[in-house]
Amino acid sequence: MTIYIVNIFLFLFKSIDEYRNENPNPVFFLNSLLQTHSLQDLRQQAAIASKVFVQRDYTSGTICKFQTKFPTELETRIDKQQFEETIQTLNNLYAEAEKLGGKSYLEGCLACLTAYTIFLCMETHYEKVLKNIAKYIQEQNEKVYAPLGLLLTDPIERGLRVVEITIFEDRSIGSR
Amino acid sequence: MSAVMISKKAASRRWEKLPGKNTFCCDGRVMMARQKGVFYLTLFLIVGTCALFFAFECPYLALHLSPAIPVFAILLFLFVMAMLLRTSFSDPGVLPRALPEEATFIEMEIEAANANVPAGQRPPPRIRNVQINSQIVKLKYCYTCKIFRPPRASHCSICDNCVDRFDHHCPWVGNCVGKRNYRYFYLFTLSLSLLTIYIFAFDIVHVVLRSVDSGFVNTLKETPGTVLEVLVCFFTLWSVVGLTGFHTYLISLNQTTNEDIKGSWSGKNRVQNPYSHKNIIKNCCEVLCGPAYPSVLDRRGLMVEELPTSASLDGPTASSSSSKNSIAAAQSTKTTAPLIPNEHTPEDVKPGIAASLEKSHTSEEERMPTPLNTPCKSPTQDRGPSSPKEKVQKL
Repeated sequence: MTIYIVNIFLFLFKSIDEYRNENPNPVFFLNSLLQTHSLQDLRQQAAIASKVFVQRDYTSGTICKFQTKFPTELETRIDKQQFEETIQTLNNLYAEAEKLGGKSYLEGCLACLTAYTIFLCMETHYEKVLKNIAKYIQEQNEKVYAPLGLLLTDPIERGLRVVEITIFEDRSIGSR
Repeated sequence: MSAVMISKKAASRRWEKLPGKNTFCCDGRVMMARQKGVFYLTLFLIVGTCALFFAFECPYLALHLSPAIPVFAILLFLFVMAMLLRTSFSDPGVLPRALPEEATFIEMEIEAANANVPAGQRPPPRIRNVQINSQIVKLKYCYTCKIFRPPRASHCSICDNCVDRFDHHCPWVGNCVGKRNYRYFYLFTLSLSLLTIYIFAFDIVHVVLRSVDSGFVNTLKETPGTVLEVLVCFFTLWSVVGLTGFHTYLISLNQTTNEDIKGSWSGKNRVQNPYSHKNIIKNCCEVLCGPAYPSVLDRRGLMVEELPTSASLDGPTASSSSSKNSIAAAQSTKTTAPLIPNEHTPEDVKPGIAASLEKSHTSEEERMPTPLNTPCKSPTQDRGPSSPKEKVQKL
């Protein structure tokens, strides 16, 4: 009887997992989809001059927050205000994802009641925000950064440790 | 060039190239440590004890006391198993290692900071001080992952990964316990101690009820499973309940086992835990019901799409940096060594060190087709993996 129960349990686990398999990790998937189309030209044509890494800011704890200090390498390329605005928006989005409060507690408690099996078929709040962040970075790249010969990389692809900014050689600006 | 050609053949997922000492099942969905012997023992003990309980006591108790007893036991058992599997199979919050460019960037920052150290003197330890909630915390550099470890992260020597909010490596669940699976681990210990108490209590009730009917000695002869269960439960009870109590204490203070053992916030030097909310309920809520953090590993992402771009990205940077200064080139090659899967590292790196730099160019092309080399690497990255000693000499 017990073995029967265990079998049912394992089957349940497997089938839910297979459902998830159909759409593996939405955020990363979205990232790869978005970046392959419009920014491919920039990536392939222009040579990379250097990369800048915006580090994490830990002053208010371990929540995901990036330093808004303007890197000197970008001085000739982009407006300081524009850069700070981008990072600040990213910080606000991450703060929203990691916010503690009634909503996140409710999500945690409800998930606990279902033994966290609900996460196998439901997106968490954090994952939803990560999708928004991927969209935002894509939009910023297209509107602001790519025309200036720069490219932002989604922090999730670097383990939420850094915002990677790729600086391409100047000729990409001259051609535009 | 050869790297790109090989990469087109292999449509691999990212988990296959992750450098830590982990095992993966179900095409990367399940992630565990390599040693799983004790995990199987845990499974065996829990499933075995519960099977005995359902076989020997439940029918009798359901008839003589209440049918709710087995129902509740099944629910509790399912919850324990779900939490155990969730803890064991999930990513504990592994921080990916730095890619060559990021590692080079960090190295250059360190070099810049150490510029005023006179030549010949040993450079200062690689520590970065950050202020967290008006408390100075030291971030240590991880020589394996090539990053400054975020606060609360620690490198697990068994899994060879840096794990965020590292608690401890638990052989019983066969995984590290960190930011992403701590709450599952805690709920596992909590529900397991409830289950142990439950089974232990109803074992005794069962023996007492039967003893009234047919005497104590006869009862033990009739249900030999009960004796075994009582023994197993008795010994697990103390350790599991003790562990739950300990972790409840830690959660209420928002501490990790790692910090507790090291005595990071023990009150010496007036260092207090900067992560605590100074409120027991808020600490509990944050740890147990806070947001569920996503895995940053992207274990099931396909590598093949990334490869052409990464190859073209790596090419110019690596060549330009090597032409600029040899230090940067040495650093970028050094960083790739740990990217080779760990089981192969010793055998694979030794010949590279032994070979002189002139030879390494040819040897690199010979080694290219072997599956040990990750396809995403550009040819330059494989050029003579220099040991840390070599680098020091160059500097």
